[in-house]
Parts: sequence; structure tokens; C-alpha cells
Amino acid sequence: MPTFPRDQWYVAAYGREIGHELFSRTVCNESILFWRTQAGSVTAVSNRCVHRRFPLSQPPSALVDDQVVCGYHGFTYAADGRCTAVPGQTRIPRAARLTSYPVVEQDSFVWVWIGDPAKADPARVPRAPWLESPGYATVSGMEPLRARFGLLVDNLLDLSHETYLHGGYIGTPEVAATPITTEVDEDAGIVYVSRHMDDAECPPFYSKSTGLNGRIMRWQDIEYMPPCLYTLHSRIAPLGVLPHDDGTDPGAFHVEVVYAMTPETDTSTHNFWAVARDFAQEDQSVSDFLAEQNRTVVLQDVAALNALEKSIAAEPEGYQELSINIDTGGLAARRMLAKLIERGSAAPSAAKG
Amino acid sequence: MSVDPSRAARGVFRVEWLPGSDQLRGFCHCGAATVADGPVEVWDWLLAHPVGHDTRGRASVPGSGPAVLAGAGAAP
Repeated sequence: MPTFPRDQWYVAAYGREIGHELFSRTVCNESILFWRTQAGSVTAVSNRCVHRRFPLSQPPSALVDDQVVCGYHGFTYAADGRCTAVPGQTRIPRAARLTSYPVVEQDSFVWVWIGDPAKADPARVPRAPWLESPGYATVSGMEPLRARFGLLVDNLLDLSHETYLHGGYIGTPEVAATPITTEVDEDAGIVYVSRHMDDAECPPFYSKSTGLNGRIMRWQDIEYMPPCLYTLHSRIAPLGVLPHDDGTDPGAFHVEVVYAMTPETDTSTHNFWAVARDFAQEDQSVSDFLAEQNRTVVLQDVAALNALEKSIAAEPEGYQELSINIDTGGLAARRMLAKLIERGSAAPSAAKG
Repeated sequence: MSVDPSRAARGVFRVEWLPGSDQLRGFCHCGAATVADGPVEVWDWLLAHPVGHDTRGRASVPGSGPAVLAGAGAAP
């Protein structure tokens, strides 16, 4: 049973990671080679020479203008994967072509389509506009996870774990104690989980960044667009301060916590995270604080999920876990992912020689 | 982002954790509702739509009034 769906857009990198040099990352078990062309667009092709499988990201392979030259025997490929030269002969075999991946660069992310390229629709790439909006200041990073993608989905859809795993950072007693409301929009492919704490302790993550102390209103509204993109719309306000009827909300602080969850392999995951805020945008000390705090929180999750992966690897077949009310959103996400897995195309067969 | 009452019309399933209890109330987009003791049970029932979704019984479910969504919208 696959652990992630195909025929989907996944975040492969931040745009800032890819320049005019060879860059590789494994996404959904496929090693992909990226570079930014001289025209400025990102290209993505298979990171394996069709001749003898040499990784094209590995020296002495090299980027020459907008062509990659294999460091083993000199097979040369254009940005679209077409082979333009082979050593010692003029005839280029028809099969000499790298798999080319549809790419969209948007909202600071480089998205890549994993699956049947004929089904790739750039208009369906989910949006995280805050990450490049002039109205927000953003800090971001990526931490590798030695755990399957689904464990990160479980983690982020149930924020009650903040109370226990992230105490002293973002966790307070009210998070685990406050009931949630969950919605599933099957047509739009979105899971919503909402937890509105109207009288809660202010955790250090928010007290030091906003200046609010004591009791606060803290609303958490999750919007998960399976498989990859997750946003936590976090609203922090003094007690009793509500949004206006017209939708404006000048008395509150807003933080958009964005995660892109991308399977690397069946049991490892790229955990992209970003924190965008609409306050203290020019204050570098707030940026530094939130970056350090969120990275610490992410690393707490990484340590926990890495341990879970080991538990799963060691458990007997047929082990039954237990779900309670806090898992309502996580279970909704799992069911939506299962449908996407069922609907997606099959993984490519073993390598051709 | 804001509260979006149109979600129900678009075929949205909704699950509320009943205040002061350990029970979950599930609302189907067809208007049927149920009360369950856990998330597995409530999703099994919702996703089985229309099997077992008898909207004639709506009035017997506490609080299952018009399916106006109130809690899962995000802050602006």
C-alpha cells in the first residue's frame, strides 16, 4: 500500500534554494534534478543519466549554459530532458531522454508534479499567498524527517499535542482542553479544523512576539489541502476583542503558519515550515525570535515523529491504534488521502536498464 | 479567510464536539445528523452517505437545526 498519493503537486524546494547550478532532491521516491535556467525559470528532470544511471547532480557532472553534461560518459541533456549529444557518435538513441517534471514556482515554493504529466494543471497548485505578500513578514525553513509523511499529517491536524510536546513554546493547557470543530469539503479537497480559545494563557511564542501578556483570545483555524499544503490561521487578541462585522480585524495579531509536507521516500519526509505575521514586520528581533522558536518546535516534532517511525517499524503486523475526539481532523485527512492514493496513477515500475 | 456558510451547500461534512460532553455530532450535507461516541464512528456514518441518512429524523437529534456553519472559519 503506497503511503502517499501520486498525480499531485508537491513542494520540492524554496525558490531561493535553486539557482543556476545543479540541485537535487528526492520527492516521492523519485530523485529529481533542478536548476534555474538562464531565462530564470526552474526546470526539473530525472536525476539519472539514461545510459548507466549516473546521478547528474554528482560531480563531475556539470551545467553548461542550460544543458547538463553527465560526468560519467558525457551524455548531454537540455532543460526539457531531451538528449542533445552522446559520446563518439552522431545518432542519438530515441530513448535517450530524461523524464521531465511539470514545475510551478509560486508563493516562494517550487512545486513539482508527481505522477502522470498529462494530468498536471498549474491552476490547481494550492496557494499560500502570505509568504510573499507585502503585508506580511515571513521566516521559513525546512527540516528533514526520518518518518513517513502520514505521521506529520496526523501531527499537524491534531494540535492538542502542543500542550504536551511544545510546552513552554506554543503549548498551554487550553489547547488540549478546548473542543474542536471539523469540516470536510470533499469537492474542494480541504479539511478544516477549528479550535477557538476565548480565554487562554499566552504562550511565550506569542507573548514575546506580540507584547500581549496574561490571558488572551487564541483562535486556531487549520486549512489542510491534501496532500501537501497546510496552513494554520492563528489569531491572537486581547480578551474580548473580536473581528468587526465587515471582516476587518485591526485589534488582533495574525500569524499564518504554513507547512508543506512532501514525502521523500515511503519512510522519510521533507518538512517545509514558514511563519508569516502581519505585525512588527520591520522588527528583525521578532523575525529572529519566531524563526528560532518555530524551528525549535519543528525539531521537537521531528524527534517525536522519528521515534514513532521506529515504533511502527518494530510493531507486530495488525497493531491497532486508538482514536479519540481530538483525532477527528486527523482521521478526516487520512480518509481523504486514502481516496487520493486510490485515484492516483501507479508508481513507475522498476528502473529500465 | 472568514466564516463561510456556503460550505454546507457545497457538500461539506461537519463534526462538532458537543460542549461539556465527550460526544461528537456529525452533520451531513444532506441535512441528516447523528451523535457518536468517537471520530471513527462519526466518519463511518458521514462518509456512508446516503446510507442510513434519514433526514426525517433530524428533529430527534439535539441541536440539529439549520446547517449554518459557525465555528470553523478562520480569522480574517
